[in-house]
Amino acid sequence: MAVCVAVIAKENYPLYIRSIPTENELKFHYMVHTSLDVVDEKISAMGKALVDQRELYLGLLYPTEDYKVYGYVTNSKVKFVMVVDSSNTALRDNEIRSMFRKLHNSYTDVMCNPFYNPGDRIQSRAFDGMVTSMMIQARRGKESLVARAPGAWSPEEAAKGGAEDL
Amino acid sequence: MEAAAGGLCGSGPPLLLSEGEQQCYSELFARCAGASGGGPGPGPPEAARAAPGAATAAAGPVADLFRASQLPAETLHQITELCGAKRVGYFGPTQFYVALKLIAAAQSGLPVRIESIKCELPLPRFMMSKTDAEIRFGNTAELHGTKVQIPYLITEKNTFKRIDDEDKQQETQSPSMSPLASPPSSPPHYQRVPLSHGYSKLRSSTEQMHSAPYEARQPLVQPEGPSTGGPGAKPPRHQASLIRSFSVERELQDNSTSYPDEPWRITEEQREYYVNQFRSLQPDPSSFISGSVAKNFFTKSKLSIPELSYIWELSDADCDGALTLPEFCAAFHLIVARKNGYPLPEGLPPTLQPEYLQAAFPKPKWECALFDSYSESIPANQQPRDLNRMEKLSIKDMADFPVPTQDVTGDDKQALKSATDEALPKDMSEDSATPKDSNSLKARPRSRSYSSTSIEEAMKRGEDPPTPPPRPQKTHSRASSLDLNKVFQPSVPASKSGLLPPPPALPPRPCPSQSEQASEAEVHPQLNRAPSQAAESSPTKKEIPYSQPPSKPIRRKFRPENQATENQEPSTTVGGPASVATVKPHPAVQKQSSKQKKAIQTAIRKNKEANAVLARLNSELQQQLKEVHQERIALENQLEQLRPVTVL
Repeated sequence: MAVCVAVIAKENYPLYIRSIPTENELKFHYMVHTSLDVVDEKISAMGKALVDQRELYLGLLYPTEDYKVYGYVTNSKVKFVMVVDSSNTALRDNEIRSMFRKLHNSYTDVMCNPFYNPGDRIQSRAFDGMVTSMMIQARRGKESLVARAPGAWSPEEAAKGGAEDL
Repeated sequence: MEAAAGGLCGSGPPLLLSEGEQQCYSELFARCAGASGGGPGPGPPEAARAAPGAATAAAGPVADLFRASQLPAETLHQITELCGAKRVGYFGPTQFYVALKLIAAAQSGLPVRIESIKCELPLPRFMMSKTDAEIRFGNTAELHGTKVQIPYLITEKNTFKRIDDEDKQQETQSPSMSPLASPPSSPPHYQRVPLSHGYSKLRSSTEQMHSAPYEARQPLVQPEGPSTGGPGAKPPRHQASLIRSFSVERELQDNSTSYPDEPWRITEEQREYYVNQFRSLQPDPSSFISGSVAKNFFTKSKLSIPELSYIWELSDADCDGALTLPEFCAAFHLIVARKNGYPLPEGLPPTLQPEYLQAAFPKPKWECALFDSYSESIPANQQPRDLNRMEKLSIKDMADFPVPTQDVTGDDKQALKSATDEALPKDMSEDSATPKDSNSLKARPRSRSYSSTSIEEAMKRGEDPPTPPPRPQKTHSRASSLDLNKVFQPSVPASKSGLLPPPPALPPRPCPSQSEQASEAEVHPQLNRAPSQAAESSPTKKEIPYSQPPSKPIRRKFRPENQATENQEPSTTVGGPASVATVKPHPAVQKQSSKQKKAIQTAIRKNKEANAVLARLNSELQQQLKEVHQERIALENQLEQLRPVTVL
């Protein structure tokens, strides 16, 4: 369902960003970047509430003409941002929440790896695979935004394309 | 054969071959000759006439074989010249043997001369067709050392199939292997000999630096040659072990579905080696290795971090940041395979899954005996004991992790170190109770040293990165919080069952005797519940290393059970086993109940003391947390001050 998935560290630099390979992927990166302001706003809007009371799922950050951007913050201030195509039949809130939960779980598994230093780019293949599955589902339902045929899209190439843009 | 060799080559030097060499060379010769269809050499028909009885090896396979020896081309030319093939025009047996001997000499670094073959040499090594794969994957630096190990894995595969089908036509099944590569018995002997010899050497030297296994493996392979003077003696023994391990594998294969991925199958030897390594890191084989410990260990393998990260991902099936024994074996095996040039698989191979490994390789005998006796004697308390162990370990982790997050004073360092040292030996002695006292004693200094080094390393790491400001600590902070949860949750049911939570081992400053007595008291209620030989022996053995005075009478009392009443010590801790040990029923029952009450009361007292200690520790930790917060605030202030400057 997602067109672009990004994991942003606490200090607002990207740990992982991947989008569907289109002709202009930078626009997704730009959208994620601008969404960070909204995320910060939402977090600070909670005011003095303790971290525990704050909900992790932030909901729709802002809609654009073609896309909608959703956000999620973990307790360690790591942000997940997801860009979803608006033309897709409106995804229910629950589905978005479940996707974020999956992301969070995979992120936790990545953190459990002792060879992963927090703050490094995420290069875990399991994480990649999970994100791919999220993106592939979207692609099946949509008319192809992608230049390539559905079968030819390979996760590795997409990851390379996404990761190199970092 | 030697005589014939000597006799035949009137033109060549007399060859003295050892048994193993003889075997090897004759096999190779037969293969070369057989591959050529037993036909004559490239020379004219007179070659066939000249040696009707002795076959000649065709130039094609011979050239392949020589090329597989990885020697440069001019060396090979020299060798062919020297061995007399050029002169004679064909590779007869003598020429072939001389050539092989010269190849061995060249590979050992000796000059290619006739005199070289007079000394005792290792068998020549031939790289079978995996050379392409190696060049693709391994570094050239590692190639030489890993040469023998790949044939080991491959020949294992092939000989396994051969034993299965008893058919040498397995070449067709492994199309990537050249005909030379489906080896006869002796090259795998040789290639297996140094590897298993290396393994046995490594096993004996596990007490040394853990880098030794990785680096020593390679140089070990090389100098194995001269030291295995008589490979002939070894092959029979290793053949036996070969067959045994293969029969094990064959049985496994019969039981389970046959897995086509032979390189991912762990053999007995490898398994033992991995288990020993595991034990050196973590004395309790049924528990797990924490992430940082495993990371330090695997980093020594000199693989790149992304690869290690991927291997961890593959092997840590439950993603808990720690490795149990099967997970550890899988990870180790993957590392070994990767070092040998195998590409890492996309997913964990079925032979490396933890369930498969646990089913395929039952625990070694002495462990089994231990756990069996344990299960017999203390069935009810097995679970709380496991919890105990887990808690102790997680406490150890917790001790590891908070240490680097703050600038610890000297005493704290010492204290925590000693605490974790005690935690580890306590675990260990609890488990390896029954017969293996010497084993536990030997293993304990190892675990102690290892835990201390890991703490020191962790602390060093913690002190290095204070400068990069916003980066979180390089320690496993998340896992530490998880471990804390693990600590405090099970402690509730544990206390209900009357057991002490593990923290008695942790508190640094309170004297260890307190905690020991507390744990002794904890043990005795259990004893009273399930009196048996094994149960007694475990606490007695546990007590021995720590509290000498009370333990000695217990020990003495252990043998003559009837004399138990005589050795009543003032300490009630001793009274527990004393009462249990008495055989006579009527006085024993009364004494038991009174002793039980006393024991319970002491246990309660000890619990309260432990609680107080814990509370004190908690306040200390809170204090440290406050200090860290203050530091952080100070740093943030500094950052604020600096910021206006950089904005410009």
